[in-house]
Amino acid sequence: MFYREAGQFKTSYKADQAIFTITQDRFFIGLFLIVAFVVVPFFINDYWANAILIHFLVYALAALGLNILTGYCGQVSLGTGGFMAVGAYASYKLVTSFPEMNFIVAILLSGGITALVGVVFGLPSLRIKGFYLAVATLAAQFFLVWLFNKVGWFFNYSPTGMIVSPPREIFGFLVTGPEASPVVRYLFCLSFVTVFALAAKNIVRGRVGRSWMAIRDMDIAAELIGIRPLEAKLTAFAVSSFYIGVAGALYFNVWLGTAEPTEAFDINQSFFVLFIVIIGGLGSIMGSFMGAAFMVLIPITLKTIMVDGMGFAVGAAKHAEVMLLGTLIIFFLIVEPHGLARLWQILKEKLRKWPFPY
Amino acid sequence: MRLKLLTKALAVAAVAMPLTAAVADAYELVIPATVYRTGPYAPNGIPFANGYGDYYKMLNERDGGIEGVKIKYLECETAYNTKQGVECYENTKATPPSGALAYQPLSTGITYQLIPKATEDKIPVFSMGYGRTSAANGKVFPYIFNFPATYWDQASVFVKYIGEKEGGMDKLKGKKIALVYHNSAYGKEPIRTLEELSKKHGFELQLLAVDHPGQEQKATWLQVRRERPDWVLMWGWGVMNQVAVKEAASIRFPMDHFIGVWWSGSENDVLPAGASANGYLSGAFHAAGDNYRAHDDIKKFVYDKGMGGGDRDRIGEVLYNRGLVAAMWTSEAIRTAMRIHNTKEPTSEQVRDGFEALNVDAKRLAVLGLEGFTYPVKISCENHQGPGKVALQQWDAKAKKWSFVSDFYEPDHDVVNALIAEDSANFAKENNITPRTCN
Repeated sequence: MFYREAGQFKTSYKADQAIFTITQDRFFIGLFLIVAFVVVPFFINDYWANAILIHFLVYALAALGLNILTGYCGQVSLGTGGFMAVGAYASYKLVTSFPEMNFIVAILLSGGITALVGVVFGLPSLRIKGFYLAVATLAAQFFLVWLFNKVGWFFNYSPTGMIVSPPREIFGFLVTGPEASPVVRYLFCLSFVTVFALAAKNIVRGRVGRSWMAIRDMDIAAELIGIRPLEAKLTAFAVSSFYIGVAGALYFNVWLGTAEPTEAFDINQSFFVLFIVIIGGLGSIMGSFMGAAFMVLIPITLKTIMVDGMGFAVGAAKHAEVMLLGTLIIFFLIVEPHGLARLWQILKEKLRKWPFPY
Repeated sequence: MRLKLLTKALAVAAVAMPLTAAVADAYELVIPATVYRTGPYAPNGIPFANGYGDYYKMLNERDGGIEGVKIKYLECETAYNTKQGVECYENTKATPPSGALAYQPLSTGITYQLIPKATEDKIPVFSMGYGRTSAANGKVFPYIFNFPATYWDQASVFVKYIGEKEGGMDKLKGKKIALVYHNSAYGKEPIRTLEELSKKHGFELQLLAVDHPGQEQKATWLQVRRERPDWVLMWGWGVMNQVAVKEAASIRFPMDHFIGVWWSGSENDVLPAGASANGYLSGAFHAAGDNYRAHDDIKKFVYDKGMGGGDRDRIGEVLYNRGLVAAMWTSEAIRTAMRIHNTKEPTSEQVRDGFEALNVDAKRLAVLGLEGFTYPVKISCENHQGPGKVALQQWDAKAKKWSFVSDFYEPDHDVVNALIAEDSANFAKENNITPRTCN
């Protein structure tokens, strides 16, 4: 009924392997992208950009990165905050040392540097698994934040250790600094996230992604059929860290503009991104977006309803918000342990069969 | 089921919206407060928020606002978290009818966030005695104010006080001073100044960082015990303060050689340590206690009507008074803006001019019912840090009272101003800012 698939035949391998095999899906995704790229910029203001949309995009990108590592390759990581810090500080050093450098190149290079760091901290994963690996990545988190807080060179010896993103332009439009318009900053982040999400989708559908999933599902069997764990795990760490590094660079440069390592990249960041991935759905690109939307938008929505709508006192509203968010997380995970993405999948299956139950 | 709930909530919100968005037919002065009544720093955030809000409520009840124009005071919860601070700022900055007139972030992190944003939006940020010290240079930071004194002023005053106690600045040679600091931008603020002063006076400086939130300080105080510094200075906030005071007591460090910054000198910080905190010192720029006329008015006009932000018996605590004095200077700046622009409907830009023309002298303080509560403050276009004077207050554990033990010291302007000039010049260079001219 909702999905009329009658008459949609696939007559080529290409069509059979498309990301969206159903015409309706392609149509909706296309429409969604058009709205995001063309319609939203007409209505966006500072509040929507700074508090909601860029906030959401940055975390969606970080969640994509963590999902590649934890969801697709099964390597639990608690070092996300630290790797975001690497991306942020790398971009800071690059743009302040080479003012002429194109800003997009600087961001991609920051991702590259983070990928290298990620590989180094990924080395223990060849020997240890699960919880033990989580603790090793936890060490990365604490070490990296400590490093950026301690060594003056990273923050250009500013007296407080704060880093401030200098104004930079792309094609004559300011993307960082206070004068950058919300439209430009939003489109900049959106373009990055769109391209990276598409890339991630294709990586995980290809040879590399399959080798990750094989390692995740049963590493001994994967090794027996000829997948090299070293290669698979380290590429997962590299690609994942690259994404997280870019997310960190955007987080610092485009969204916040200033950062203080002990607060902006602390352990709570790592947990937050991990929660996004768990709620959204491990091993799902769509899930990264859904989880990010859930974790970013629900608190703000709850706050708006309680404070502006019902006139609660702000402190009480905050406490209620934390409790409600926790309740919602538990509720959703009980309803569907595989996350929101799986819920969506089930819904879609039902819609395709509706009104017939089978 | 879930959808139903959501629609219900939205329906409630929709119904309630018009009720809360009170009929705004008269002009109101919007003063948002980014407060933190939750989170790790709530014990300090709550009294400040209460004092800040109560003063405005009192003005509304007693005088019908500022010069007869009502104040629209709205709180937004940040939990001392930078990202939520940004959300709050964006959410409240355009509140009708006047738009936000001034911000008081009460967090170094959020202040750093707002410096470029608020400057762009032309809204003054009043980071009272915290935030970015070099914002004292009004030529580079036209919208940021950090009077009555900065951390660097305070650091230099502490050194002065120590010199005095040791019997002269020349006696500082060879002395050991430790700085126990919150390992964040806030705690690092005084380091450079203290380093300069250690070069100048020849004392040895020892740096001891304490990581957020500051519960764990055993190692720090073991180091103090081993190194035996003559004096310990502290830049702490929240739970870190009380832990430090307790730890200092447990290693029997003499409390009258232990000085906290003015964010480490409230009742919350010393009461948990009980009698052993007796004699602990901290910086201050206003008095403690509730024996001023303004406090009586707050009790009469706000608490008697059941509109108070907190408990009646906590009025007059150090941080409550700090919130009150912040509200007092902010409202005086708005009043000044109304006067110089000859309008009853000031914009945030005009309030900035009001801050720059602010002159709250002893006479004005007396009129406000705060005689002797703090020292006279006069701000100008280039000087956003005010006089920079700091006094020391001491805790009397028996009487459970803070009281002044020194006069207001002048800081070492030579050292501090040179550092401010250097840091603000760096900021201007990094962000392509041309310092404006003040005439």
